[in-house]
Amino acid sequence: MQEFRSRAEALVRDGALGYDQKLRRLAALATEAIEYPVLSDACREALDKRVICDMYEGNAPYTARYILPDYAKAMAQGSAHLEMEPPTTLDDALAFLQVMYAHVPSVTTYPVYLGDLDRLLEPFVNGISDHDLDEKLRRFWIGLDRMVPDAFAHTDLGPTDGRVVRSLLRVERSLRQVVPNITLRVDPTLTPDDLVYDAVNTVFQTGKPHFVNHPMMVVDHGEAYAAVSCYNSLKIGGGAHTLVRLNLKEVVLRHTGGVDAFLADTLPGFVELTAELAEARIRSLVEQQRFFDTHWLAAEGLISIDRFSAMFGVFGLAEAVNLLMAYEGESGRYGHDAAADAVSYRIIERVAELVAARPMPYCEGGGGHCYLHSQSGIDLDRDVTAGTRVPVGEEPGMLDHILTCAPHHRLFQAGISDVFHVDDTALANPQAVVDIIRGAFRSGMRDFTFNLDSNEFIRITGYLVRKSDLIDIDTKGALHSSDYLAAGSENAYHLTQRAVKRIGCHELSPRPDH
Amino acid sequence: MSSARGLITDTIAFSSVDGPGNRFVVFLQGCNFDCIACHNPYTINVCNDCGECLTTCSTGALTFGADGHVAWNEAVCDGTDTCIATCSWDATPKARPRQVDELLADIRRAAPFLSGITVSGGEATQQVAFVHALFSAIKADPALHHLTCFIDSNGEAPREVWSRLAPVMDGAMIDLKCLDPEIHRVMTGKPNDQVLESIRFLDALGKLYEVRLLLIPGLNDDPELLRGTADWLADLDPMMRLKLIGFRPHGVRPHDRELVQPTAEHMSRYRDVFANRSQFSICSV
Repeated sequence: MQEFRSRAEALVRDGALGYDQKLRRLAALATEAIEYPVLSDACREALDKRVICDMYEGNAPYTARYILPDYAKAMAQGSAHLEMEPPTTLDDALAFLQVMYAHVPSVTTYPVYLGDLDRLLEPFVNGISDHDLDEKLRRFWIGLDRMVPDAFAHTDLGPTDGRVVRSLLRVERSLRQVVPNITLRVDPTLTPDDLVYDAVNTVFQTGKPHFVNHPMMVVDHGEAYAAVSCYNSLKIGGGAHTLVRLNLKEVVLRHTGGVDAFLADTLPGFVELTAELAEARIRSLVEQQRFFDTHWLAAEGLISIDRFSAMFGVFGLAEAVNLLMAYEGESGRYGHDAAADAVSYRIIERVAELVAARPMPYCEGGGGHCYLHSQSGIDLDRDVTAGTRVPVGEEPGMLDHILTCAPHHRLFQAGISDVFHVDDTALANPQAVVDIIRGAFRSGMRDFTFNLDSNEFIRITGYLVRKSDLIDIDTKGALHSSDYLAAGSENAYHLTQRAVKRIGCHELSPRPDH
Repeated sequence: MSSARGLITDTIAFSSVDGPGNRFVVFLQGCNFDCIACHNPYTINVCNDCGECLTTCSTGALTFGADGHVAWNEAVCDGTDTCIATCSWDATPKARPRQVDELLADIRRAAPFLSGITVSGGEATQQVAFVHALFSAIKADPALHHLTCFIDSNGEAPREVWSRLAPVMDGAMIDLKCLDPEIHRVMTGKPNDQVLESIRFLDALGKLYEVRLLLIPGLNDDPELLRGTADWLADLDPMMRLKLIGFRPHGVRPHDRELVQPTAEHMSRYRDVFANRSQFSICSV
């Protein structure tokens, strides 16, 4: 109790945290007073050793982690809970959405999904000039950045062209904000080259949007899906209860023998421990906290539990492969050697097979199973590569890089992303990047995201920061290094968290007092 | 199937600076110009097997083969290009003869990501038989025939070369070093009449994609000269696509480093000269 009190005191008195950051961390701290869902000894040990990870969601989840409300349905039927009539004009529609955003929960307290804004708003723009449309959407965009200050808040656009998507891209280029994050759905027949071209030019300016392979997503989720947060692809009107992750590097460190034995004997046990963790957390949310019986989004049919699943994440594939190659007496490295790449495909195929064979309660959205996911890095991951990526600095040339990653993508229904680097010569030839995006999707990639080398905006995992902000942080970090040491914080990302006051990346720094 | 062989300096799978969209680029060894300001001087000549580079290579990747030619073992090479720095003959021991079919295998791998391929150099038209065979093979391959085939050339090639390539070539990008024949001779070692004729002829064939102007302050940037160049080009095609390239010392030989790199103000002024004379589509880099 004494320790609990001193941690709470430290939080409320922390000079570096904003009010909302304190509030969120105090809430997380409070749930530590509740017993963690019951786990087997083996599962508990794997969690304590961080072989598996619960994203520090807390002991008693009381909201689903990722929620994708059906905004179209809400706008069609209005909301009794919010006392809002269905909007009939563009102004009403924008106001309706802003009100609704304030009432959509997530583990970060900010909505991770802001709707498919082009589809939602297109019916309201008849008779409004492009100039007026830009003005209204510009005001709305500024509002989002100031009122939903979280880099994981996400809107999805496309795959078809329209006035709203073009206006939003113009507004995005002119404002250059971190929020909201954007995904463009790309379909080889529905999405014109010219729209992808416009989007590529927008990436040159702001680092957004991210691009997804629409036909591949439709196969896995149906038409009503969206990419949200760190490019997690989930069903609209549904979402993900939780995200659990398996650190493949740590699993290999607990293995002796070669690749065959790893896949046959060691890996299945740890996949099951990860699944056990997911199941315990899902049951806690659904059966103990009764989230879906009590939340207004469910009561009004804007989310439905049968469109939810849970995300089963993997990370550290690169290290796992390189270690297993060494165990086999081989020197090949992931991303540079066909034999190493083949091991990576076998590992992921095995994980996918095991996850698909493990029934999971309340996961009808995933056909009764978890979705596989490869993206997240959090700031507490050390010496281990995010998801299935080739480690930063070790990436091969872009063609080889894409062809190495592509075979993994079909298996990750809930999203996977590798960040590619495009040099500045592409600025004069955006069509070259359009070609690469088209090619990436032809080659079986699900997600494609790129950074321009000289861009002011850079991606860390799935969110953006401004380089100029980081430069400030370095200075401030040096000035106040004792503050960071006192907080037990060691890595550069934490510095970002502490110094960027207005906009956070709340999901990435999940522990209450870190 | 084609076993035609070209002397290939190198290839790159993705390029955004060698024509429209993303392109696979083949660099051919050997050039008929000797330009001051050449950015890839090691592509000018074909290796004469003097062996000078063997003395400085630290990896053992270079040896004399049984045939007396310098042989390069790529697996051992560390890629530091000491050989190229050593070579006083403006060549590289790493250029190798490759068959069209070998190149096609590499192009097929990249094809889903490409608008087309570009043959550059060195000087592409010096190996016209190979270029013709490569382009023909691409046009004949169902998996590749959507790729456009471009040439990046110094323009020093007779009509017969262009006539031969035209049926399988989608476009050419031609360097015009200078409209003034005397300055052109200073810059390249050759007069410019054949270059101008190539530009005229390709334009008439509908195969001229772009004219590229390398601009060096004090050498070929006289305002009157640029206006004359603009008028000569506009006379052919008032909407012509132009690429204005400011000289950069990167890669050039030591005796060229004295040349002046244009500032942003220079580039802006050059652009204005051309933009004021006609409705050119101008890209400056």
